[in-house]
Formats: sequence, C-alpha cells, structure tokens
Amino acid sequence: MDTLVENRAEIWEGFRLTLWMLLVSGILATVLGTVLASFRVSPVGSLRAIGTSYVNVFRNTPLVIILVLSAAFWPTVGLNSIGVLGYSTFVTFAVLGLSVYTAAFVCEAVRSGINSVATGQAEAARSVGMTFTQSLRLVILPQALRAVIPPLTSIYIALAKNTSVAAIVGVPEAAYVMRRLSNKFTSDVYAIFLGIALGYVIIVLVLSGLLQLAERRLAVAR
Amino acid sequence: MDKAATDVATKQDGARHGAVQLDDVNKWFGELHVLQDINLTVGPGEVVVVIGPSGSGKSTLCRAINRLETIDRGTITLDGTPLPAEGKALAKLRADVGMVFQSFNLFAHKTVLDNVTLGPTKVRGTDASQARERARELLDRVGVGDQADKYPAQLSGGQQQRVAIARALAMEPKVMLFDEPTSALDPEMIKEVLDVMVDLAAGGMTMIVVTHEMGFARTAANRVVFMSDGQVVEENTPDQFFTNPQSDRAKDFLGKILRH
Repeated sequence: MDTLVENRAEIWEGFRLTLWMLLVSGILATVLGTVLASFRVSPVGSLRAIGTSYVNVFRNTPLVIILVLSAAFWPTVGLNSIGVLGYSTFVTFAVLGLSVYTAAFVCEAVRSGINSVATGQAEAARSVGMTFTQSLRLVILPQALRAVIPPLTSIYIALAKNTSVAAIVGVPEAAYVMRRLSNKFTSDVYAIFLGIALGYVIIVLVLSGLLQLAERRLAVAR
Repeated sequence: MDKAATDVATKQDGARHGAVQLDDVNKWFGELHVLQDINLTVGPGEVVVVIGPSGSGKSTLCRAINRLETIDRGTITLDGTPLPAEGKALAKLRADVGMVFQSFNLFAHKTVLDNVTLGPTKVRGTDASQARERARELLDRVGVGDQADKYPAQLSGGQQQRVAIARALAMEPKVMLFDEPTSALDPEMIKEVLDVMVDLAAGGMTMIVVTHEMGFARTAANRVVFMSDGQVVEENTPDQFFTNPQSDRAKDFLGKILRH
C-alpha cells in the first residue's frame, strides 16, 4: 500500500497517458470506423471492397503486431518526430496503431446499426432527392447511432484496456508503470497489481456511465 | 360530358406539371417477369390510377418511375428526359418526383416540421426560414399544422401520411407517385388522406396512384390502368372501366372487390 502512495506521481502520469491514448484513439477510431462503415454499405463496389478488406486485415491481426508495425512503419515514411502536445513520438505511434485497429471494430458496429434502420427511411431520403452521402449523414446515421451505443461501449472498454499493450513500444502508460514498480518493489506486487487494476476499473466505469447517459439522451429525442 | 375530360380542362393553375412515359418496360425478379412490355403515357396534369390484384406488378411499376426499382429493359422518361442511371443526376430527378409510401416512411428522428423542411433545405438549398414558412403552409393545407413540433411516432397513421404528402409537395414536384397510400390505414383515416389527394388532383398535379380505393379512382382519376401478372391488361376512363370492363381478368377482379 505504501508503495502505491509513495509512487503516486508516477502512477498518475501512467494513467494520464492511458487516458490520453484512450481519448485520442477513441475519437480517431470512431471517425475512421464510421467512414469505413459507409464504404461498406456504399453503392460503389470499389469502396465496399476497401471497407471489407480493411476490416479483414485489421480485425484479424493481433494488436501487438499492429503496434510494433506502426512504430516501425511511420519512421520509414519520414515521420520520426510526431509528438503531439508534449506527448512523445512513441505515444503517437501507439495512438495511430490503436486507432486503425479499433476502427475495424467500430466499422462493424456502425454497419450493424445502419442495417437496423428500416429500408423505408433510405428510400424516403432518396425520394426527396438526397444523394447517397446525404441520406446516410442526415437520415440513416443519426438513427443508427442510437442502436450502436451499446456495442460501441464494449469496443471503447476494450480500447481502454488495449492501451496497456502500448507498453510494448515503450510508452510509459499505467501497465508499464505497474511492471516497473512490481520489478522494483517485489514484496508489494499484489498491492501494485490491484491498485493499477482498480485504476482501469474506475476509468471503464466512468466511460460506460457517460455512454449510458448519452444513450438515454438519444432515446428521449424520439 | 365525360367527367375526366372536364377535369383535364380545368387543370391550368400550376406550372410544374410533368409528363411520364414508359416504353416497353420489362423487369424480372429472378425467374419472375414482374413487368412485361409496359407502355404507359401520363400527360401533364393527368391522374392515373393503377389497380390490380396483389403481385400484379403495380407497386414495382410505381417504384420504377423514380428508380427505387431498376428496370431490365425499356425506357422511362420524365418530360422527355430518360431516367439517369445513378448519381447526382438521379438524385436531381428524384427531387422532381414526389413519392408517398404505403408505410409513410417519415424520418423517425425528425419533427414533423423538420421532415418537411429537410428536402428543400438540403437538396434545393432553400433558405431555412423560407422553407419553414412554406412547410407550415403545406402542413396547414393537409390539415396537420398543429402537429408541426411532434415526432412522427406521436401521430396517427392518417396524420403521418398527410405529413408524408406535405414532405413530397415541399419539393414542388412535377409528378407525384402514390404507392398504396391508404393500405396501412384504419378505415376512418382513409378519408382524410384521400381528401388531400383529391384536392391535389383537382389542383392539376400529375399523379400516378396505385390503390385499391375505387371511390378515389371514380372521383379523381382521368384514367384507370388495370394490371395483372405484370401486364397492363386494360386502360380506360374510370366510368367505362367500372361499368363496362372489357377483359375477363378485369371482370373477375371487379366482381371480387365490388361485391360488398
């Protein structure tokens, strides 16, 4: 217990990184995943193929591999120093890796939401002269969103925990801090494990609470 | 004098009355030949009612006119222009063709007013306040002006369908298509929707109406098209069609539906 208190600054820094990665890759994955989902339902065959291939590649590849490849790939295209807002370049590599990985799951959740909207809604949208993109943006996606929040919540929770894999590429986030401390203070291993686990639990509880709130708000708006 | 003829003669008020022409239209659903060599001409301001037993292809015909269903052969033209296959040109065409569905299909996440303004503002680029003003006029005209701020789910079927008609009219269409507009309604709500449609017809709108409402066909139609098994079997004035059907298939159909 004392170990946790004594090292609170380092632990707090670790969780701050965890939250930062969660927030940024959550947003990027949602945007990219929604775009991919609209590709997958598009009338244009080549876009559908892109969407499907993307999901097949990134959903079926272990996250560790994606993170390691991400860290190895960006420098080869000249991005050696892409730290953002004081966070290191390796954090950015991890965020990008987490985003492309999570986007594949978001895509499939959003696609199932799109499919849950009655076909008559799309037909009505097309009948007033909307283009495919307009009908998706103005009619289908707003209605799909409501159905998508529960599966998205699961995806964000998985993402929150997946940020711990970034320790592999040397990002000193919460799990990295946990391993460092447990190597250093071997007698306190259980306290350190439980303390860090509790931190993740709190993050996930707050996250799902917020999404539940959003779900209720959207349900009332009908 | 023939009632249909006087109707056409009095239809002079609007400027956007379109003409629809179908030439040798064919469509298959797999093995099923749902539209067989359909030839149909609907003049500006004309009201054509399409009737026939279920599965006769009348809904498919209606949906093909704004290309919600593609056709496999033949041509459909609106004011002489063939339907574009896809993309922006098709969207533009659809903006000029109003469609009213059996199941209303109002945008469930939008208020009644927003349902009516969405098309004009997003597709036509109409200024928002102008679109709202026009929408309120149209909602008043179809008798649901006091429901403008509600959501579709809070309205009765008859009210929803009248909103759907207002939504289509807000685009100032050249042609209105009605795909069994009263088939999902309770009997007491059918009249309120038909009244709106009769007004529209009298106002000179070009209308193609798939319906089982023989009363509407008699009062508002210039012509009745009888379809069976994917073919146009008979085409006549409502009077002639109902009192003196020519084909056995039409006689049989009318015998079944007019007996009660």
